Amino acid sequence: MKAIAIAVLWGLTFAVAYAAEPGRTPLPAIEIAKPGQCVEPKDVIRRDHMKFLRHQRDLTMHEGIRTKKHSLNECISCHASPKTGSVIGEGGFCQSCHDYAAVKPDCWDCHQPKPGQKSVAGARP
Amino acid sequence: MSERNDDRRKFLAAAAAGAGFVAIAPGIRLVEIAAAKPDSEPVTAKVRWGMLIDTTRCQSGCTECISACNKENHLGETTRPRTDAQWIRKIDLKELKTGRVLSLPMMCQHCANPPCVDVCPTGASFKRADGIVLVDRHICIGCRYCMMACPYKARSFVHEPHTDQNPEVPRGQGCVEGCTLCVHRVDRGGTPACVEACAAAGHNAMLFGDLNDPESAIAKRVREVKTTQVRADLKLDLGVRYEGI
Repeated sequence: MKAIAIAVLWGLTFAVAYAAEPGRTPLPAIEIAKPGQCVEPKDVIRRDHMKFLRHQRDLTMHEGIRTKKHSLNECISCHASPKTGSVIGEGGFCQSCHDYAAVKPDCWDCHQPKPGQKSVAGARP
Repeated sequence: MSERNDDRRKFLAAAAAGAGFVAIAPGIRLVEIAAAKPDSEPVTAKVRWGMLIDTTRCQSGCTECISACNKENHLGETTRPRTDAQWIRKIDLKELKTGRVLSLPMMCQHCANPPCVDVCPTGASFKRADGIVLVDRHICIGCRYCMMACPYKARSFVHEPHTDQNPEVPRGQGCVEGCTLCVHRVDRGGTPACVEACAAAGHNAMLFGDLNDPESAIAKRVREVKTTQVRADLKLDLGVRYEGI
């Protein structure tokens, strides 16, 4: 039993060592076209961006709150690839990481992955 | 109320009317206009958005409102008109006895007691506090009960996948949808695309505004002339009213 445990531990140590070594493991190709400060710290947004988006989505849909901070359109306008103009597809900011993590978000069934938000001005009678 | 205060009010009202959106800084305005709510504020029941359609001005054969709706919301992409989503449509009516004809646009009537909300099994069909009836596509399962419940045939099912959405108007296959009263424009102080197009075409048959604000053009108009709710017998308390039918 002890021997097995030690073997497993050894195996884990190697796995970690290999993962840390550059080139051994494929990493997502995250291109940041406009470097700058995200709306949240990097470690927070990486882990919790889906929570922010989900929270904002309900506020916008049901209460008409249209603040820009956690709006999906704002993410897209900052992160769209300069080559394809989109956050999905080859080298897309969202897709490259989600492919890596084997997560398939269904945002793009309805949402436009390219920026181009029109700000509507004009007064009512 | 002192005279001085009265003067000040008049000045503020004039400034609001003349200056429009005087911005000191982004989001902060010198004179806050009641209609344009700040982005961070939730909508309230103090406002009841409504529309008044003057059928005496609506021209038979004119489809400006439909084209504007399709353009704004990126509808009608496919070549299958029988199943394409339709948020607004034109109806021509004829009184058989007299031969009187009239034309009117028909769309979601934004009921205060919407049957689509009553029947929705998931809570996707809902009414916002300001009276706009919407479908939350995040919750919609595409069962189409609301389409059957709606007395105005105002809802459509999206049969085809879409890739050309307006970023402000997400829409995709498998959900039911209908007129949103251009909620993305209204929340920013604008008017629905159809109303704008009707005015641009010179017909001015559509009037949009806050029914709860006694000073608004629509509230004044419904106070002055006889307006009709379609199928008023259903007691749904509609946000869209018609004049001249």
